[in-house]
Amino acid sequence: MHFEPTTLELPKHLQALMAAQPESPVAEGLPRRSFLKLTAASGFALGAFPLGTMAQEAAKPSAGLKPTQQPSAFVHIDKDGTTTVTINRLDFGQGVQTSLPMILAEELDADWSKVRSAHGSNDPAYIDPVFGIHITGGSGSIAHSYTQYRELGARTRAMLVSAAAARWKVDPSSLRTANGTVIGPGGKKLGYGALADDAMKLPVPEAVTLKDPKNFKLIGKATGRLDAKAKSSGHQGYGIDVRLPGMLTAVVAHPPVFAAKLKSVDDSAAKAVKGVKAVLRIPVDRGGEGIAVVADGYWAAKQGRDALKLEWDASGVDKVDSARQLAQYRELATQPGARKYDADVSKLDGAAHRINAEFVFPYLAHAPMEPLNCTVRAADGQVELWMGSQMPGLDGLAASKVLGVPPQNVQVHVQMAGGGFGRRAIASSDYVVEACSVVKAAQAAGINAPIRTLWSREDDIKGGYYRPMHLHTAKIGFDAQGQVLAWDHVIVGQSILGGTPFEPMMVKDGIDGTAVEGMKEPYAVPMRLTVHHPKQNVPVLWWRSVGSTHTAFVMETLVDEIARTTKQDPVAYRLKLMGEEHPRHKAALQLAVDQSGYGKKALAPGRAWGVAVHESFNSIVAYVVEASVKDGTPTLHRVTAGVHCNLVVNPKSVEAQVQGGALMGLSMCLPGAAITLKDGVVEQSNFGDFVVPRITDMPQIAVHLVPSGDAPTGMGEPGLPPLAPAFANAVASLTGKPVRELPFKLG
Amino acid sequence: MSTLNINGQNRQVDADPSTPILWALRDTLGMTGTKFGCGAALCGACTVHLNGQAIRSCVTPISAAAGQKITTIEAVTGGTDKVGKAVHEAWVKHDVAQCGYCQSGQIMSATAFLKSLPRGKQPTEAEIDSAMAGNICRCGTYARIRAAITDAAKTLA
Repeated sequence: MHFEPTTLELPKHLQALMAAQPESPVAEGLPRRSFLKLTAASGFALGAFPLGTMAQEAAKPSAGLKPTQQPSAFVHIDKDGTTTVTINRLDFGQGVQTSLPMILAEELDADWSKVRSAHGSNDPAYIDPVFGIHITGGSGSIAHSYTQYRELGARTRAMLVSAAAARWKVDPSSLRTANGTVIGPGGKKLGYGALADDAMKLPVPEAVTLKDPKNFKLIGKATGRLDAKAKSSGHQGYGIDVRLPGMLTAVVAHPPVFAAKLKSVDDSAAKAVKGVKAVLRIPVDRGGEGIAVVADGYWAAKQGRDALKLEWDASGVDKVDSARQLAQYRELATQPGARKYDADVSKLDGAAHRINAEFVFPYLAHAPMEPLNCTVRAADGQVELWMGSQMPGLDGLAASKVLGVPPQNVQVHVQMAGGGFGRRAIASSDYVVEACSVVKAAQAAGINAPIRTLWSREDDIKGGYYRPMHLHTAKIGFDAQGQVLAWDHVIVGQSILGGTPFEPMMVKDGIDGTAVEGMKEPYAVPMRLTVHHPKQNVPVLWWRSVGSTHTAFVMETLVDEIARTTKQDPVAYRLKLMGEEHPRHKAALQLAVDQSGYGKKALAPGRAWGVAVHESFNSIVAYVVEASVKDGTPTLHRVTAGVHCNLVVNPKSVEAQVQGGALMGLSMCLPGAAITLKDGVVEQSNFGDFVVPRITDMPQIAVHLVPSGDAPTGMGEPGLPPLAPAFANAVASLTGKPVRELPFKLG
Repeated sequence: MSTLNINGQNRQVDADPSTPILWALRDTLGMTGTKFGCGAALCGACTVHLNGQAIRSCVTPISAAAGQKITTIEAVTGGTDKVGKAVHEAWVKHDVAQCGYCQSGQIMSATAFLKSLPRGKQPTEAEIDSAMAGNICRCGTYARIRAAITDAAKTLA
C-alpha cells in the first residue's frame, strides 16, 4: 500500500469510527493506560508487556506530548540495566524488532548487549505516528517511526541524566552518557539500571536535541537480530503457540464458494470424535455461514471437521470462473473507464513502431508459513486477543462489535507472526471476527473457555483475500530513437480498498490508488491510463508491494521492449527516458550495473542480462540479473541489487529484505504460482498446487546500498517489484519473445 | 495412552494412536518449537528426527513412533548435540531467520543432513539444495541457509 504523504484522511476517517464507539475508559475512572493494568492483573507472561513494566510508569507524563511520545510506553530499564524497547509494529520477519530498538538505543546511549524488545498492543501509544492508526504496512515502520524512536531515546536519556544530576547534586550539563552509563565529574559512573526508577518518575522533557548523525554508533551498523537465538532454537513464541489454561481449539468449515450459506448439516459423526466439545453454526466472512468444530486440540477439531456432512447453498452468490473472468476483463478493457492519466494518444497511428501488448496476472495467496490463527478469551466484560496482527486497533474494534463489549475493554496482545505479507492487515478482520464468532457461539452453548481458532493450510490457500487478478493492455507508438509518441494503457482489476475504511483516502475519482501505483514514473512518456474495477465474488487484499506487483512488471518489460526494438542498450535507454530527474533511480541503477559487471563481463554461454528498476514506498531497487532458458525452462542464476532507501538503519536487515523480496518476486514467475477458480471454487489447496519457491529456485544474490544521509525510507516491500521484470527481460532477450504473463508461460 | 520417547525421555500421551506426532508434541505436551505449516508433508516446518532420520511429524502418527526415539528442535539445539549446536550457532551468526517460523524445520533438516555426511565431507551447494528442498521458507532466507550450512560443516570438519 502506498499512502500519499499529502493525503491523510485515513486517520481522521478511522478516528471518527473509533469516536463513534462508547465512551473512553477515562470516563469510567480507569487510567488511560488501562490495558497495561489488565495485562499485569492477568498474570500472563505472553502479554504484550513484560511484567514489571508498571513500576516505571511515568508519574508525570508531559501534557504537551502525545501517547506516542511518552517514554514510559516504550522503554523499561531493569535494575541490572536490561533495557526493553516496545515496538509499535508487528514483526513478521522484516526485522523491526531489532531496528526500532537500534534507533531508540542510539539516542539513549544504551548498552546494546542489554537491549531486548517486546511487541506492543492496541494501546493508543502504539499507533503509527503518521497514519494515526495501528498499522504495520506500506513499508512504514522505520520511515514513520525513525524520528519518533530517536526522540523517545533522547527523552529517556535526558531523564536518566537528570536523575543522576539530582543524586550527585551537579548540573545535568556537566554529565555525559555512554554505553548504558551516566558519567559525572571525576569520571564517576552510574548505570542506567540504578537510575531508571528515579528517572522515569521525572517530568518528560518535550524538546530534546538529537545526535548529529556523524556521531551514530548503532544506526548504520550491520547488527544481528535480537531474536536470532530464539528463532534458531524453537524458543520463539508465535500467535499459534499461545497456550492458556483450559484453552480449546476450533477449526471452521468454510463455504466452498465465497459467501455461500448452509443448506443442511449432519454433525453426528463429528460429535462422536473423541475430544470434540461442540459443533457450532457461525456466521462467516461476507455474509456466509460456516460450522466451527471446537475440541481439546487441533487434531480432534480437524477430525471433527472432516467428519461433517454439509450441503451448501451457493444459489445467492456469484460463482467465479477464471476463464470466463478473463474474457470479461478483455471485454471491459475495450470500454471507456476512469482516467488516471489523460495524455493525447492520437499519434499512435502514425508511429514508426508499435507495441500492442496484453498482460495477465493471476490471483495470488499470501500463504504465510504460520497459518492464520487468533486466540480469544472473553470473560467478565473483558476480551483479550492473541495473534500476529498488522492492524491491532481495527482488529480490536472488530472483536468489540462481535462480542458486544466497549472497544476499550478489548486488549490485543500482538504476537510475533510467522510471515504475513499483508494478509494480517485486513480491514474486514475476517479471521478475527471468525474467532470471536466462535467464542460467542460457544458461550451461548455454555462453553466459556478461551478458544484458539486455527486455520489449516487449505483454509488459507482457499480462504480468499488474494492479490487481485489483473489484465493490462498497452498500445505504444514510438519512433526509431525510442521516443514514445503515445502510450494508451488500460488496467482491469478489482479494487482492494473500495468498500473498506481506507476507501475515502485511497480511492479517488473511481480509481483505487493501489491499482495504479508504479505506473508511468519515472519515465517521461505521454500516457493515457484507463482503469476499470469490476466487482467479483473473490475477496482481495494487498500483497507485499501491492500494485507494484503488476505495474512494475508491465512498465519495466515494455520499456525494455522499446529498447530492444530500437536496438538500444536497456540501461542507457532507461537513463535517457528519466531525463534530468530521478537521481535516486539513476544512482540505484548505476550501482547495480557497476557491481554486476553488466556490459563488461562476458556471460556464461546461454545466459543473458536482464534489467529493471522500480520505486515503491519511496525506496528504489534496481536489479541486474543473469538468466538462461533450457528446454523451455527459464532459470534465474544471479541477481545484483542496487538499493536506494536513504539512510540505512541496519544494513543486515535491508539485505535480508531485498533477498526475501527478490525471492517473493521470483515466486510470481514460477509455474503453479496462481490461484484459479472453477464454478466459484478455488482450485488450489496447499503447497502442492499453489507453488512457492524452494531453495533450489534461489539465485545468487548480492545487495548493494547507495550511501545517503537523508531520512530513511522503507524496505519491507521494494525488493519485490523489479525482480520478475528483470528476469522476464533476460528471458525475452534469449527467446526473442516478450513475456507478458505471470507466472511465465513460454512457447 | 501411548508412551513416546521424546528427547530421551518417556512421555505418556493421551491421544488417539492416529494423532500425528506434531499435535501430540504441540497440543498434548506443550512442546511448541515444532511448527505446523501445511499438514501434508509439503513444507517441512514440522520436521523432527525419528531415530535420527528427518521425518514430517504432521503426517506421521504416534503409533509409528512406538518404541522409537523422537528428537525435536529443543533437544537438537539444546547444546549437547554437537552437530545441532554447530547448526544453531551458524544460524545465529548468519542471521538466517526472518519471521523464523520455518527455521525449526530447516534446522532439523540441516542437522540430519550434516549427520548423514561422511566425516569431514564438505557439502556442495547442489547437495545442500537437494537436502533442503523439502523445507519451504516464505521469507526467502535460502541464501543465508546455504551459507549457514556451509559454515556449520566447516566447524564440524
